Amino acid sequence: MKHLEQQLRALRSSGRKALVPYFVAGLTPDWIQHVEAAVLAGADAVEIGVPFSDPMIDGVVIQEGVLRSLEAGTTLDSVCKDLSSLSTHVPLVAMTYYNIFFHYGLERAAGKIAASGLSGAIVPDLTIEESSDWRVACDAHDLANVFIVAPSSTPDRVALLAPASEGFCYASARMAVTGRAADEGDAKRVVGEVRAISDVPVYVGIGIGTPEQAREASMVSDGVIVGTALVQLILDGGDVHAIEDFIGSFRRAIDIAPVSA
Amino acid sequence: MSESSFMSSPDARGHFGEFGGRFVPEALMPACLELESAFRDAWADAAFQHEYRTVLKEFGGRPTPVTPLPRLSERLGLELYAKREDLAHTGSHKINNVVGQTLLTKRMGKTRVIAETGAGQHGVATATAAARFGLECTVYMGEVDTKRQVLNVFRMELLGATVVPVTSGSRTLKDAVNEAMREWVSCVNDTHYCLGSVMGPHPFPWMVRELQSIIGIEASAQLHDMGVGTPDLVVACVGGGSNAAGVFAGFANTSARLVGVEAAGGSAVGMGSPGVLHGMKSLLIQDEFGQIEEAHSISAGLDYPGIGPEHAFLATSGRAEYQAIGDDEVLGALKVLSELEGIIPALETAHAVAWIMKEAGGAIPKGSKVLLNLSGRGDKDVAQVREILRAEG
Ligand SMILES: Cc1ncc(COP(=O)(O)O)c(C=O)c1O
Repeated sequence: MKHLEQQLRALRSSGRKALVPYFVAGLTPDWIQHVEAAVLAGADAVEIGVPFSDPMIDGVVIQEGVLRSLEAGTTLDSVCKDLSSLSTHVPLVAMTYYNIFFHYGLERAAGKIAASGLSGAIVPDLTIEESSDWRVACDAHDLANVFIVAPSSTPDRVALLAPASEGFCYASARMAVTGRAADEGDAKRVVGEVRAISDVPVYVGIGIGTPEQAREASMVSDGVIVGTALVQLILDGGDVHAIEDFIGSFRRAIDIAPVSA
Repeated sequence: MSESSFMSSPDARGHFGEFGGRFVPEALMPACLELESAFRDAWADAAFQHEYRTVLKEFGGRPTPVTPLPRLSERLGLELYAKREDLAHTGSHKINNVVGQTLLTKRMGKTRVIAETGAGQHGVATATAAARFGLECTVYMGEVDTKRQVLNVFRMELLGATVVPVTSGSRTLKDAVNEAMREWVSCVNDTHYCLGSVMGPHPFPWMVRELQSIIGIEASAQLHDMGVGTPDLVVACVGGGSNAAGVFAGFANTSARLVGVEAAGGSAVGMGSPGVLHGMKSLLIQDEFGQIEEAHSISAGLDYPGIGPEHAFLATSGRAEYQAIGDDEVLGALKVLSELEGIIPALETAHAVAWIMKEAGGAIPKGSKVLLNLSGRGDKDVAQVREILRAEG
């Protein structure tokens, strides 16, 4: 079992729901301090978004963040270099589109991010059917490759994805790109489908924008992923204190949720 | 793959050699699989084939003729023929694809189509077929392109479609594709994404090539009937590559040289490298970090930083060759074809004409029989051409 999954299983065993914020790496010069602030305020793991020019599954807010980061000159190498100044005890998971790794060279990319302290990767446009080369590279560097299960995933696909997902399984609560949430989504059903097949921790993402939504999602899962709302805060100029307050409010919300079965 | 199997089916996961495949969010995988099985089923169904061909005949204006180009032939020392996709309904080959995909949409029980468009040709064709078959239609178009192609926006609206200007990224075709994919995620139950070229995730590159192969199948029979036989060269312009794939499909297993002509500012074969974008692995124009770059061309229809995966395979396997033509060579070719043959070609098509003019007697030996795929008519471009010619004085 990959190290990331050992950690996240231990977290679950401790009875704590995972809070996983997403950051666009390089969005501001002090983005590393933003990550540290989030950890201080109770994040259990952090998604490090490496910007790509064509973020196919991201809504307008993350698109804007990615564009700004690219304009500031962010690259996979610069993200890894910045991460060398980050001191944290929580696991870090890369989140980017496949071309970034493919172009860098899969084996080289896996080695590079592992050496920079990342222990997992989420590649939303890499289907399980196309993933074998990348997973070989991940295995060589103890990187956990996280798969996403969607509300539209058929039972035969859930049966493929859930056992293959390492670290955790990403349950997409909605048929939508990031940042579009109104209804309560399909979190409960999707998590249930994964749990019927695998005991990997299951985290809910896509459309978790408020502490209340996080609380509800955490009640039916092992953790929540918060992206767009946080990126919006940073785009609006939110500083480390604002980030601490923001993450703190999510932490409190999910900590008062009763432990689910 | 043996020589005789060029342009047959991709492998079970949609690969043409190392290219193609499916690189989409999991949310879209079930729709891609559903589409693949629906198309396989329909394409093997004689009733569907009959309906598709009948609609293209009665509504689409097929078969389009093959026209000898005697005056240009004489000037260039070649024997030139044009496959007249400019005479198809809506003025280009795009109608072949959208008729097939809208029929398939109905067959899948979906009630709505979405599409991306650059210049507006595919958007107009989709809006046209949607009107004909009573489907709702929304077209995503880069904001920059909505301003460059105001009349096409108006055409789509006249046809009852909604045009959504895309304001993300470079606000052109590549971003329109991103936006259509994003939208598709949230409406995939009742909506088909009618992709406009031989690109995107499997089955699109294969399906669109099959729907366009009617060009090459017709042309091959027509040249035979005219006593011309197999041409020495088949030449087509390439944006995503659908008109080229369609005409190549009729000649892939003959001795004909296949030549695709890209815009120099969007030459994915000439300047690109392997990468993954818009659901496919193909050749893409990208920077040293794998960020996709913008294409630049005088013709909006060739303004795409990639190329369909089957073309990437045909290029790397050597079965077809891909050449680039710069903006400055295009207008001259458009004028020559207009003045000598009475056909005003689309700016996209003029790239293929320009390459033939440039290489006659060079890369194209004197006396060669050349089939030009005349992918579209130039009416949509005359205002732009007029402005450029005026500015040049
Ligand atoms: C007339 C014409 N030819 C060619 C193209 C390029 O597309 P493709 O390479 O898919 O044929 C377009 C696209 O808009 C077009 O309008």
